Amino acid sequence: MNLLQYPFDPSLILQKKRSLKRELSKKEGLIPKKIAIMSGSTIGEIKNILELFLLDNGIQPTFYEGGYSLFYENLVFDDGSLAAFQPDIIYIHTSWRNLKNLPSQADSAQLCEEKLNAEYARFEQVWNAAQKFGCPVIQNNFDLPVYRVMGNLDAVDAHGRVRHIRKLNEKLAEYAANTPNFYVNDLAYLQAMYGMERFSDQTAWYAYKYACSIECIPYLAQSVANIIKSLFGKNKKLVACDLDNTLWGGIIGDDGVEGIVMGSETPTGMAYSEFQSYLKELSAMGVLLSVCSKNEEANAAAGFTRADSVLKKEDFVSFKANWNPKHLNLVESAKEINILPDSFVFMDDNPAEREIVRRELPAVSVPELSAPEEYIKAIDRMGYFEATILSADDRKRAEMYKQNQQRAVLEQSFGNYEDYLNSLEMVCEIGSFSPAHAERITQLINKTNQFNLTTRRYTAAEVENVMNSDEYITLYGKLVDKFGDNGLVTAMIGHIQGDVLEMDLWIMSCRTFKRNLEHAMFDAMVQQAAARGVKKIIGHYYPTAKNLLVSDFYATIGFEKIAEDDAGNKTFAFTGFDGYKPQCNVMKIQRV
Amino acid sequence: MDMQTIFNAVQEIFRDNFDDEDLVITRETCADDIEDWDSLEQINLLSAMEKKFGIKFQLSDVRGLANVGDLLDLIERMTA
Repeated sequence: MNLLQYPFDPSLILQKKRSLKRELSKKEGLIPKKIAIMSGSTIGEIKNILELFLLDNGIQPTFYEGGYSLFYENLVFDDGSLAAFQPDIIYIHTSWRNLKNLPSQADSAQLCEEKLNAEYARFEQVWNAAQKFGCPVIQNNFDLPVYRVMGNLDAVDAHGRVRHIRKLNEKLAEYAANTPNFYVNDLAYLQAMYGMERFSDQTAWYAYKYACSIECIPYLAQSVANIIKSLFGKNKKLVACDLDNTLWGGIIGDDGVEGIVMGSETPTGMAYSEFQSYLKELSAMGVLLSVCSKNEEANAAAGFTRADSVLKKEDFVSFKANWNPKHLNLVESAKEINILPDSFVFMDDNPAEREIVRRELPAVSVPELSAPEEYIKAIDRMGYFEATILSADDRKRAEMYKQNQQRAVLEQSFGNYEDYLNSLEMVCEIGSFSPAHAERITQLINKTNQFNLTTRRYTAAEVENVMNSDEYITLYGKLVDKFGDNGLVTAMIGHIQGDVLEMDLWIMSCRTFKRNLEHAMFDAMVQQAAARGVKKIIGHYYPTAKNLLVSDFYATIGFEKIAEDDAGNKTFAFTGFDGYKPQCNVMKIQRV
Repeated sequence: MDMQTIFNAVQEIFRDNFDDEDLVITRETCADDIEDWDSLEQINLLSAMEKKFGIKFQLSDVRGLANVGDLLDLIERMTA
């Protein structure tokens, strides 16, 4: 039983934190990250519990702890220690207790407005200073005080603290919306979700200077950890759904299409429909949906033909309704859409099915489900799909996977794979990194696991540095074919030293495997490198749990292996510039 | 609640919090005796005890607790 799974017991987490840390630290493939926590109040236990949630998400943090309540001083007048720490994340843990310009009943209305502006200006100074460290910044918005002298009017009148704080939160949201690499941790929502009386414990403030109750620290830590793991590409990608008593009430094989429960006629029906709407919204955000049900396929599909079914069969990128064990169906679906099962969340009302999947596929997330009215929370509260950077590509993702299925059908009609590739009428745009593409490139870098030679992650600031430096050659590739636009799916970064080009990064989305796109990219890289006087390209392969696919990739495109160590790290060299023949001839290349 | 029951429950909390199955406490045990028992951990111990015994310490209660004995007496008074 994972103690950090919804609905977790926060007290138990606090109590067991040492043994939990011991257990979680044993996980393999943890990625080290440096997290600076800037203090507006006590951070001691927040740091400890944040560590647990990060470990659970595959991230091994080391921390910089700002001086107690010195977030402003530490950021605006860094003594050099924060810069030396080179944070990957800065988390500014402030609360309403850190507001210095709260309106008072004795103030004039005009002074109240001025105070609001002064408050905002002070924090804006902090955020601007934080951004200079070139890493993502996470800022709490402000919780509400547990008392209000004006009662309800506190939310309306210029003298009201409730109004003051809500206005401030709006301005913060606006700042975040307009500032890349800046994220809000919604403390106000957390306070509301767990209840002001429970969340904002006065004793915890007076006695220990904690901004929230000890008991609620795990909720806060989970929220911050979700933002961080999302930024480092650890989000889930797909919800695999059982059908009977999961997406609708009843058993469609027994009750028939009209007998199953959904829609607005009954309370239970409404619960299922709202759950379906939730999934539909997730899907529009780029989360994939699949079906994994023990059913006759025709019966299963029929459920979605009902007029009041929010989800339709087309919303699912993979549809497995048969009598095979579910873990096998999940693996099948994963293969079909070319993502790893560990990015799956499996929803099933049947505890036995959940247990089998947990046992057979431990990397799949399997939330506990109780009654249908609780299903949404089982996904929502875990933050599996915490959205930080949303690109236009994300919103089209389900459609793209659909197109991939059409391609698969076409592929089967060709005897020869090259004929098939030619029939796709592919057009590939290749260019150097540019500001217009930087956000998508950063996102791709941080979530690509399979076709990823070095698994080096870059922050937005690092991508910008590389993009603006003469010492690097950068290339991105976009692929369009007759079924649709795959968007920007591949990127390469190499740095030049003398006449040697070292490949720091080479990634490609699994969406475009086996399309010869990697060859087109290498052709372009050879051309660019030659133009810059490069005589030799060095490629590295660093093994991870997920990139076995490309362990010998360099050898297949004309590199020679020159070194390999015990850990499986391989080095390859390419010198075949003279008489180089382009390796990709199945698509039209557009250089920009 | 009798003192032995309170003592057993408190010992269990100490073992859990300090991740040490064999930890044995006495009335005289104080923060100097357990390496990880700092002010941060003190808060956790008190929270765990509030939860366990269904009580809520007030600010004035938790000041001047010198050792486990003081803590046990406080809990005994509050659960009486």
